[in-house]
Amino acid sequence: MTKAKNDKLVLSLVATGLGFLLGAIVIIGTGKNPFIMLNAMVFGTTGINIAKGIFNARYIGEFFIQAMPIILTGLSVGFAFRTGLFNIGAEGQVLVGGLAATIIGLGVRAPSIVHVPMIILGAMLAGALWGALPGFLKARYNVHEVVVTIMMNYIGLHLNNHIVRNIIGTTDGVKTAVFPKTAMLSSEFLAGVTNGSRLNWGIVPTVLAVFVFWFLIEKTTFGFGLRAVGFNKEGARYAGMKVERNVMTSMAIAGAFAGLAGAVMAIGTFGFGRTLPAAEGYGFDGIAVALVGGNAAFGIMLSGLLFGMLKAAAPLMQSAGIPKEIGSIIQASIVVFVAMKYGLEKLLVLMGRKSREPVEGSAV
Amino acid sequence: MRTRRAFPIAAILTVAAVLSAAFTLSSCGAREGASAPKPEGYRWRIGIVFDIGGKDDRSFNQSAYEGLKRLAADFRGRIADDPEGGDHGDEVELRWLESKLEGADREQLLRSLADQGYDLVFGVGFLFADSIFRVANDYPRTTFVLIDGNIPDLDEGSNLICVSFAEEEGSFLAGVLAALLVEADSDPKVGFLGGMDMTLIRKFDAGFHAGAAYASPVMRQQGRVLSAYIGKDGSAFNDPGRASILAESMYAAGAGVIYHAAGASGAGLFSTAARLGKRAIGVDSDQGLAYASSADPAERDASRFILSSMLKRVDNAVYALSEELMRRGSIEGGYRVFGLADGGVALARNDANAEALAPYDEKLESIARRIVAGEIRVPFDMESLEDFLEELRR
Repeated sequence: MTKAKNDKLVLSLVATGLGFLLGAIVIIGTGKNPFIMLNAMVFGTTGINIAKGIFNARYIGEFFIQAMPIILTGLSVGFAFRTGLFNIGAEGQVLVGGLAATIIGLGVRAPSIVHVPMIILGAMLAGALWGALPGFLKARYNVHEVVVTIMMNYIGLHLNNHIVRNIIGTTDGVKTAVFPKTAMLSSEFLAGVTNGSRLNWGIVPTVLAVFVFWFLIEKTTFGFGLRAVGFNKEGARYAGMKVERNVMTSMAIAGAFAGLAGAVMAIGTFGFGRTLPAAEGYGFDGIAVALVGGNAAFGIMLSGLLFGMLKAAAPLMQSAGIPKEIGSIIQASIVVFVAMKYGLEKLLVLMGRKSREPVEGSAV
Repeated sequence: MRTRRAFPIAAILTVAAVLSAAFTLSSCGAREGASAPKPEGYRWRIGIVFDIGGKDDRSFNQSAYEGLKRLAADFRGRIADDPEGGDHGDEVELRWLESKLEGADREQLLRSLADQGYDLVFGVGFLFADSIFRVANDYPRTTFVLIDGNIPDLDEGSNLICVSFAEEEGSFLAGVLAALLVEADSDPKVGFLGGMDMTLIRKFDAGFHAGAAYASPVMRQQGRVLSAYIGKDGSAFNDPGRASILAESMYAAGAGVIYHAAGASGAGLFSTAARLGKRAIGVDSDQGLAYASSADPAERDASRFILSSMLKRVDNAVYALSEELMRRGSIEGGYRVFGLADGGVALARNDANAEALAPYDEKLESIARRIVAGEIRVPFDMESLEDFLEELRR
């Protein structure tokens, strides 16, 4: 492991630790025992309830259900970030991905082996288009992608609601008819091992996406070009790279990752299309996941699992009397601590120097 | 090399040390509070999961919460982690949970209560139907209650209860009130505005029409009780624009009061009523009160035109079912309808409308008593409405 990577990992770990510490302090402030939080975290991820000594494998499955979409939106945000772009629009890309999955899921009759890939590709394409448009505006007219992607989130939300409600039709005002079996990622086997959870084959495209991210960014000339644009746009241009095209492609690929998240939720977790009163926050979680994961493939996977754990534990904490906002506080403070990178690094160096001074003295 | 490794380890150790210190500290705190009874000490544990909108939604959730508070007071219980809820003893533990903004965690919240061995768990609102059905299958020892929703094929042995409300009875009273309000007009008419044209909403329509005809002979004539539906699908419950157009045409046709059963579309009725200075009757929760305390000045203004609302008393349903469980020790599954007799439906009264309703109170109460006594058989669809009107005209 190189020094830079090592430092990044340590930084994220320390920030996470500090985030939990702050969460624990807030819990103590509300007069509760932070052990409840610890228990909820462990219970929510491993299915083992330390306090009661029970085991329920369903929680493991539900933990992955929470983690999958935010790993994917994390990849989306991270990918754009490596090219120096802020993709705040993962939320909208998730929604149009889910919408495309719903349309293809309900509108096409095909055997599973064709139907599922069709849905996944369709959703990724929809997400890619939703990402490419801000990319195009950025490349061509220098419109800032943050503004455009944020606005596209709202368009995506209401487009989804309009089409689901008025064109596809809902059964009760909030959800469409259930997808045919051929469209589903659901798995009797996975549900069986995890005591009837909603765990499904969505983990396969999710893990594949992590590898694709890693391979594209780290191992290909194309990825090098994208990163070069991220490091120094003018430098890349000077080196003869097509900066504009790279900006658009990067946003499209980022959108495809988020679109995949939409598909995995539509045909994996839920099994029907939905209208939503408001965005669900997967895109914004993705920003946090990417930041904490250091915008690297495996880092994003790990931080996605971490944030998935917080999400999985939130209902358990609430029912144990810990306010449901604590999870969000921990999540937010981890992000803040990562963002306070320089301060933390200084602190770490200071602490490191103190602890190693005598050691060095004896070595000399 | 050694130096570089020293710094992360030191840092992690420090964090770990502080964390464990925090845990030790707080577990001391917990031990001090050990006089509080363990959860196992409660005789009964009852939980509620609120839907979108949360505890203070001035609608179903809040009504359910009122039911919890009364349970705590009457059965020597306490609402866990809610100092405002009141602490009356150690017999019953009551707990409420709020689902997130989009309600994606409904199922996990229901499960978390069942996992802790709660005896009775309520899901407030029909959106819980899917999740409560799945969870009920997995936790046979807990009884689940779906408020205002329907799940087919339940029986007495099910650990699932669907609560519905006798909307036609409440709507009957709304019809009585509407007819009495316009009685002095030269050409009295009243209107009903339905959301989606479906059996459930026809229940409101039939009850309202029957109530108006019952209270005032002139309403038995053709064309006195107007009726309009916003649409044929679920979007009709969320289309204030169309509601506004229909309300305007009904007011123009001479309706003095319009009663709606159109969900969120009702906002269109109220804004139109306020604009034209006409009167309206709300539905489900006390909409006049909700509008009066709204942050939007236009809504506060419109509240003056909302005379009353046909309430579904979720609090009474929560209370009655919990009481049944605690008194009898067990509770049967299946379907429960809460009507006027058990306080399931009522017309909303509050400080703002008390004066306006006062002249009609006596009549409304006597009619309510007659419905409860079975002397009035309230129609629930268009066919039984025809029979009812036939009977009245004779």
